[in-house]
Amino acid sequence: MGMMQLFTRAGAALAVAAALVAAPAAAIEIEEVTSPGGTTFWLVQEQAVPLVAVEISFAGGARLDPADRPGLANMMAALLEEGAGDLDATAFAKAADELAARFGFGAGRDNVTVSARMLADDLDRSAALLALALAEPQFDANAVERVRAQILSKLASDETDPNAVAGRLWFARAFDGHPYARDTDGTPESVKAITRDELAAAQKRLMTRGAATVAVVGAIDAARAGVLIDTILAGLDEGDPPDAARAPETPPAGVEIAELDVPQSVAIFGQKGLPRDHPDFIPAYVMNHILGGGGFSSRLMEEVREKRGLAYGVYSYLANYEDADLILGSVQTANDRIAESLEVIRAEWRRMAEEGATAEDLDAAKRYLTGAFALRFDSNAKIARFLVGAQEEDLGLDYINIRNDLIEAVTLDDIRRVAKILDPDGLSIVVVGKPAGL
Amino acid sequence: MHSGMIARMVALVALLLPAVATAAQPVSTFRLDNGMEVVVIEDHRAPVVTHMVWYRVGAADEPAGHSGIAHFFEHLMFKGTHQIPEGAFSKVVAENGGQDNAFTSWDYTGYFQRIAADRLGLVMGMEADRMRNLVLNERLVATERDVILEERNSRTDNDPGSLFREQMNAALYMNHPYGVPIIGWRHEIEELGLPEALEFYRRYYAPDNAILVVAGDVNPEAVLELAKTHYGSIAPSNNPPDARPQEPPQLAARRLEMRDARVRQPYVMRQYLVPTYEAEAPGTAAALSVLANVLGKGITSRFSQQIEIADRIAVSTGAFYNDSARDRTAFTIYGVPAPGHTLAEVEAALDAEIARLVAEGPTEEELDRIKRKTRTDLIHAQDDVAGLARLYGSALAVGLTVEDVEGWPDLIDAVTAEDVRAAAENWLLPAHSVTGYLMGTDGEAG
Repeated sequence: MGMMQLFTRAGAALAVAAALVAAPAAAIEIEEVTSPGGTTFWLVQEQAVPLVAVEISFAGGARLDPADRPGLANMMAALLEEGAGDLDATAFAKAADELAARFGFGAGRDNVTVSARMLADDLDRSAALLALALAEPQFDANAVERVRAQILSKLASDETDPNAVAGRLWFARAFDGHPYARDTDGTPESVKAITRDELAAAQKRLMTRGAATVAVVGAIDAARAGVLIDTILAGLDEGDPPDAARAPETPPAGVEIAELDVPQSVAIFGQKGLPRDHPDFIPAYVMNHILGGGGFSSRLMEEVREKRGLAYGVYSYLANYEDADLILGSVQTANDRIAESLEVIRAEWRRMAEEGATAEDLDAAKRYLTGAFALRFDSNAKIARFLVGAQEEDLGLDYINIRNDLIEAVTLDDIRRVAKILDPDGLSIVVVGKPAGL
Repeated sequence: MHSGMIARMVALVALLLPAVATAAQPVSTFRLDNGMEVVVIEDHRAPVVTHMVWYRVGAADEPAGHSGIAHFFEHLMFKGTHQIPEGAFSKVVAENGGQDNAFTSWDYTGYFQRIAADRLGLVMGMEADRMRNLVLNERLVATERDVILEERNSRTDNDPGSLFREQMNAALYMNHPYGVPIIGWRHEIEELGLPEALEFYRRYYAPDNAILVVAGDVNPEAVLELAKTHYGSIAPSNNPPDARPQEPPQLAARRLEMRDARVRQPYVMRQYLVPTYEAEAPGTAAALSVLANVLGKGITSRFSQQIEIADRIAVSTGAFYNDSARDRTAFTIYGVPAPGHTLAEVEAALDAEIARLVAEGPTEEELDRIKRKTRTDLIHAQDDVAGLARLYGSALAVGLTVEDVEGWPDLIDAVTAEDVRAAAENWLLPAHSVTGYLMGTDGEAG
């Protein structure tokens, strides 16, 4: 049986892992295409299934909401499928069903996103329907009130959802004075105050060709993809990418508790991280994988869950926003044991900062990260999302080919150096629940 | 993370059942001599593979008083064997660039890895090894029990909506174990130990109670050879799960009100006990599926058109039918009142729509739209081969066949307006239902 491989995995498996590195590169060929209308985008042709995925990200999003209108971008995005041109919300949904096209719209802190999944056979009509939603959204009064009521309902539920409360509080505390301090969904007061004119203006301001990053994946060639993108973006203003507004760099240290009568406390912890274009970003990514990013094999999982049974899940991740770079994490533990979880997490933060990783840690992390890279590319939709992210981060067309080499090049010294950014005493922690001993 | 799908699985199956692989992703089936079923789905777009083993045992097969043992045991499967040291299973997968996890439902327990296609033999070997050779001790069991109690906190006890759905389920099933939560009642989880775990393992983890699903960049004959090598030598148990206690005739509409100080957005939910695809006439399941779409799927549905858009009584409504389960299942409807409207008003509005459907049936336009959507869903499903693997695995695990899965779109196509009307009349019966109000501790009384 194959079991013997397990005992020799340090040698044998490593050799196979090295061979794997080339796999995604060989399988995926990215083209940079400029449409007749002048929009540059990335394309991957994939003829195996008769589908085309289009992913568009408009830089900006909720961070550009006016100070007294948090939630504006979110509500605007929610209304894009609620009627356009002379189609009301119901007619628009029926038209999309008729074409078997699926459209998704959303707003995050840094962008407004459009995801389209269309049949290759009906591409022209599907693109025209999507273009209508982007160019002529109705913001019909009835639809506005219906969506407003839905958002208010969610905001009400969030008031006693410990995860929602913790997320809001962490960002409010960390980014006082910056738009990131406000929740992307807004507040009941701001959502009640948003007008139709504000929604229409936000749509025009946020969704411009200049702010758009575009990817196309599927059964389509470059020439047709260019025409497709021009069709979809036709009604948008030219526009420019929005300016950045650097956020406060260091979230306040210490623990803040929000009392909520739940049996299990939810904690969010975080600190300053590294920008995506920092030379030590890849070492930091590998370091975090070992610390808290690696699923069942991370140190936090091992110490908090596997050894002590303190939580079902615990993790950390590098969170790179347009205006701020963070290392964030979360854990959920019964009220009477949450203090112990946080103590263990701080100790792991300190151990990594002081000792770095072992050769075994680094070796295992590299083998996972290089091997699992291919798992990100097994569907058109996943590839399209990756292509948008890679363009937004300015990683370059060849990143997909060199990324595993970058991971392989990380040394123990790199990890030790970059781990110095970990600041166990400076962690900014929010706990929601009825924690004991904090 | 282990069993991350415990709550999602049921809804997921209902969503996916209309989808089947087409020529782009050929499906092959085999059966090993020891009774293990094998399904292979080819997709050569990326050099990766999803390897899944589904056991036809779930929370509904637990001994009385030991609720949660199926899910608890799922966690213990990651602990180790003589060949895989304690805690090493997931690490070995990760060190080979793979991801692994598992999930438990009432009807099945599944384990899977996503990994480079050339490592299929490695994960098969490990999965076959832990089918019979798990090594457990009291210390491992005690720590994992704490993890599961925290999982219950996260999923259920921290969320009044989850607690409410647990109560609803318990009221819907008067005798069948579907009324017991998959994760288990807290007081019973606290008592689960090594003997219960080992008994469950020995009884149910065997090749004749398992389905292998492999999807991705593979060749079916090569997969069959690997399956024979790794799984073929394991002896069958010849001891399939027993039939579960079935529901008696349900004669009384049940109602419950739950109040929790954390509830800020009340809602009303109703569940009807109805047939599944497997257990009854297949046409009934197809008609119920179309019925759920007509009543409550998306903005074009009747609930949405009438109650949200025309009358503005509710901010959200919906209807779901779980078509894939071994025994009788739930048809669920819900409504979230708009400000100034009561749960009773929303309930009356939902009832009025059902009554109208029973009287008039669906329109041809509704029927055509839903049938077309079912067909086109097939095409979209091709983009997610791991989703196809889950679809086939879950269907086979509740007793359906590959032919049943592939025949589903034709069954939907054959549904008539009268079938849908009759399904509403015959199955959305108050006597077979539970209606629940979830409310805060102040404010309206329903």
